[in-house]
Amino acid sequence: MAKVLMKGNEAIAEAAVRAGCRNYFAYPITPQSEVAEYLSRRLPEVGGVFLQGESEVAVSYMIFGAAATGERVFTTSSSPGISLMSEGISYIAAAELPCVFVNIMRGGPGLGGILPSQADYFQAVKGGGHGDYRLLVLAPASVQEAVEMMMEAFPLAEKYRNPVMILGDGLIGQMMEPVEFRDDLNTEPAPADDWATSGMDRRGRDRRNLIRTLYLVPSELNAHNLKLKAKYDRMRREEVRWENYAVDPSIRLLLVSYGTMSRVCRTAIDRLREEGLAVGMVRPKTLFPFPREAVLAAARQGEVRAVLSVEMSMGQLVEDVEWSVRGVRPVFWFGKCGGEVPTPEEVMAEARRILRESE
Amino acid sequence: MGKTFRRPQALAETPTHYCPGCTHGIAHRLVAEVIDELGIRGRTVGIAPVGCAVLCYNYFTFDFIEAAHGRAPAIATGLKRVRPDLVVFTYQGDGDLASIGMSEIVHAANRGEKFVTVFINNAVYGMTGGQMAPTTLPDQRTTTSPFGRKVAQTGMPVKMAELLAALETPGYIVREALIRPKYIQRAKKAIRNAFSYQLENRCFSLVELISTCPTNWGMTPIEALSWAEEKMLPYYPLGVFKSPEGGRPAPGAAERSADAA
Amino acid sequence: MQREVQFAGFGGQGVMLMGQILAQAAMIEGYEVVWIPSYGPEMRGGTAYCTVVLGDRPIGSPIIRNPQHLVAMNRPSLEKFAPTVRPGGVIFVNASIIPVGSGRTDVDELRVPIVELARDLGNVKAANIIALAAFVARSRVVRFEALEQAVRDKFAAKAKLIPLNLQALEVGRNAAAGT
Repeated sequence: MAKVLMKGNEAIAEAAVRAGCRNYFAYPITPQSEVAEYLSRRLPEVGGVFLQGESEVAVSYMIFGAAATGERVFTTSSSPGISLMSEGISYIAAAELPCVFVNIMRGGPGLGGILPSQADYFQAVKGGGHGDYRLLVLAPASVQEAVEMMMEAFPLAEKYRNPVMILGDGLIGQMMEPVEFRDDLNTEPAPADDWATSGMDRRGRDRRNLIRTLYLVPSELNAHNLKLKAKYDRMRREEVRWENYAVDPSIRLLLVSYGTMSRVCRTAIDRLREEGLAVGMVRPKTLFPFPREAVLAAARQGEVRAVLSVEMSMGQLVEDVEWSVRGVRPVFWFGKCGGEVPTPEEVMAEARRILRESE
Repeated sequence: MGKTFRRPQALAETPTHYCPGCTHGIAHRLVAEVIDELGIRGRTVGIAPVGCAVLCYNYFTFDFIEAAHGRAPAIATGLKRVRPDLVVFTYQGDGDLASIGMSEIVHAANRGEKFVTVFINNAVYGMTGGQMAPTTLPDQRTTTSPFGRKVAQTGMPVKMAELLAALETPGYIVREALIRPKYIQRAKKAIRNAFSYQLENRCFSLVELISTCPTNWGMTPIEALSWAEEKMLPYYPLGVFKSPEGGRPAPGAAERSADAA
Repeated sequence: MQREVQFAGFGGQGVMLMGQILAQAAMIEGYEVVWIPSYGPEMRGGTAYCTVVLGDRPIGSPIIRNPQHLVAMNRPSLEKFAPTVRPGGVIFVNASIIPVGSGRTDVDELRVPIVELARDLGNVKAANIIALAAFVARSRVVRFEALEQAVRDKFAAKAKLIPLNLQALEVGRNAAAGT
């Protein structure tokens, strides 16, 4: 298929439709309302369900109810909206319902701002709602990657019976880039007869399904959590994704960065290399599971003096970088937030400073 | 002579965890009977609340979802929108529906979602131990209104049926009671009407059921029945408040139209 | 090779569309390209600006502090962004409403009275297309044929507007050649 120039938000919406998702519930919030606007026209064309809920809280439970049927469903929101949805996300994770949440992050805390940010890293990766649960978190760095991750998200959600989150920032949602849609996708949701509340008649068996999250017997709740943990451990084994950029034995500084921020780092790395400074980057594509071993392996390259986490947040990603590097190298943080996106020049200056002080 | 009274197929053969004298069991049975009579057990999905009925799925024999506090109408919306062929009902108490879930029930009703809500109003939080509910009567003592509900501080009890009937969207809004056989028979008719409207894809339905909570009211089951009749019914009149056929019967006419149904 | 163009003006001047048509043309040419808007409350009536970055390698930072070129559709935009343009770039100035110059001697300043030209053409709404054409003709960031194709693509859903906009492209190209 030919490439088309699309805004990230619209491309995400179209990718979901092409992935076979016919159900979308959402509440408007900047900077991702174009997804809802696009789907309010697009889904009726394909006989799908579009509904604007009364709040993000309600939407998260509409997702719950829709996912409980075994059909594909997703929603999109931005930071304050995801906070409200986090209540439902905890229940969905507990009930093991496959579905997809997209967070086009804006600055926080509170109402914050509407410009790009990565300040919801902890919320996405460490569990924004209550209880021991994890989301499988994918972080696109381009509109094309957002499309691919959106399409991949549904089978992943079904494989693990777990919500998947696409964690983008306002830039990913708002910018236009050429995209290409694959058309060889399996658009059928995975079989769900064993668990979905889809009505006994449809399943042709007189055994009812029950979806619940209350386990009053401690040993049962413990067992349920162990089962969930086994899934998260399997994600850690099977789903870790990352990309190395200019990582070779000569590098003296290793950057770790994701999403749009990583593109700024790429430009900074190119220019630093023109100056003769060998810098490389590990870009996590999954934030949970985190590419811990990849970061460690790159940090262990013989010449590396330090590791620098570059993020549009005030020291969130850096905690996972430190956890990955395990004290093998000193770890530093550089970031801005609130809609301020660090420039290549700023990243370069920080890289030079750290290298100077590490010699 | 054949068996004239049997357990509905939709009702599980298991003892309930409800307190002696609690009317939840009656409501469960009425719902199960209607589901049997309409022959819809194989395509019904129930949604349980947070509250005493959180475990009500144990007493039914069809697909069930356990919701978060007050969110059952949103879950029902998602389910029903995606699978309009399913028959969906929520079963909610007064803390769940009239307090924490007020937004979800109002908007689901206003969108005219094609599901049924069975609403148990016993004027108190049950499972959490007898705290004040939005439906608690003036001067009624609860564990969080030990000197009686003071309306100057907490307002008047919320009349959910009247509130939802005020929406312009067509719906079936009715209040009945589970405290006397004649009311119970009317309650069953109301539940059956509600499910029938859903099968006809007509409208949202709310069946509010005045119920008792002897444990948290600190009464015997018999005393509780009398208290509900003497104290609750004057404030919470029974009858049809709205029907999809149109019109909004006057409060006085409400009871008659329910009798005629 | 990488080229960056900053478009800026009032909301309603078609600034976003100019950037999108250029991005479309770049895609037609086979370049990597990204278009970034300003967004949010600024969209409504205030300043509107967008950036187009195109190149022959994947675009790194989409945020550009110092663009190679500027298309300024109003005076505040010219005053705000002219100092950021890299030496040797093109600064396009909407001469119809901007009485002042960029004050730069190290750039190629192109002044075109686009509103008057659009009025002569019969539709003042085509002013932004005239500006885009003049800018592309001067800067050669994409081939002019690609720009024509991009206009056809962009207006495909409103096909009756295509002839007018193709005419506007010609007017802009001639204006750039004549200055």
